[in-house]
Amino acid sequence: MCETCGCSIPGHEHPEPADTHTVEVLKGLMSSNDHAAAHNREHFDRSGVLVVNLMSSPGAGKTRLLEQTAATLGEQLSIAVIEGDLETENDAERLRRGGIRAHQITTGSACHLDAHLIHQALHEFPLADERGPVDILFIENVGNLVCPAAFDLGQHLNVVLLSTTEGDDKPAKYPVMFRAADLVMISKCDLLPLLDDFSVDRARSSLEGLGRQTPIIQTAAGRQSDIGAWIEWLKARRAEHRLPRVEEEEKATQIA
Amino acid sequence: MHEMAVCNELLDQVRASALQHGARSVGTITVRVGALSGVEPDLLERAFTIARAGDYTENARLLVETINVRVRCRRCGNENEAAANRLLCKACGGYAVDLVGGDELLLASIELHGIPDAEPSKQGRNEQGQISEGEDSYV
Repeated sequence: MCETCGCSIPGHEHPEPADTHTVEVLKGLMSSNDHAAAHNREHFDRSGVLVVNLMSSPGAGKTRLLEQTAATLGEQLSIAVIEGDLETENDAERLRRGGIRAHQITTGSACHLDAHLIHQALHEFPLADERGPVDILFIENVGNLVCPAAFDLGQHLNVVLLSTTEGDDKPAKYPVMFRAADLVMISKCDLLPLLDDFSVDRARSSLEGLGRQTPIIQTAAGRQSDIGAWIEWLKARRAEHRLPRVEEEEKATQIA
Repeated sequence: MHEMAVCNELLDQVRASALQHGARSVGTITVRVGALSGVEPDLLERAFTIARAGDYTENARLLVETINVRVRCRRCGNENEAAANRLLCKACGGYAVDLVGGDELLLASIELHGIPDAEPSKQGRNEQGQISEGEDSYV
């Protein structure tokens, strides 16, 4: 079949029109999303907010982790959450009940958040209110280990949760997602004594096979809340993130 | 399945370029997709046949050039191809490697039909004798 006109005459081809030119572009295929992501990042940096993109499969414990994180941090650091789900306002409502500033994005049938959706959300969700400025904004991405990895949202850090009720070879199965991680958190570790098929060592070697020295921490955000290593990691990243801004402000004061 | 969203991003860029160059329609669109880009070439091609409907791209074709994963060892400097989920140095077995290729997601080139006044003499020429116009260049 001729691929141009769809006729079935054997060997039928259309000569390339004389006014055909090939334009070399060599630009990222996602340039519209990446442009919006850069814009979001500028906005976050101006507001002095550290933004963490939380990704995992559904049910790995992202929302529970955020509830416990806010409870542990208390007054030390102020957090806010943008929630991504296909439907319902359940997770945002759940977080608000815990006193956390939360905004829900429902994606309909889209399997990921993109930079445009975050941009729209920021118009309705200020990064400072009567409670003061937000220190850390979490974006709880749609539960999915495939698609969210392909979309830059303007975040500073990616955290991927792997719960002990999943397979410990997930990093090898979803290399794009786990390569994007700045931190891999093995969640629900309080269940480890009950599970005979999850090995933290196997998860570690599966992750090392991706050629990154990604740090791994273990947490249990359940009833016996044990998220100390995560809180320390988070505080350290927040402190690092603040430094350039503080230096800039000091420089500005000196000049003035 | 996010390939449809990726396809729409791609076509936004392609249509903007066609409009900018005053083209009548778009022919072959060439993209480079790495094995670690998170995009599946087959799914992208299938999504493209749906997404292309509309201005300029109704009869466009998508050519996907796939790019294998390559790593360079930080310890011994060896460079080799690797599987997407096993980024190891084949020479020394080390996992401290840098990705040299395989995460690309690039719009390489667009074939445009019916560009008015595209006579080479009317365009500026660069040192290589190629015709240049802003960021893009005709080849």
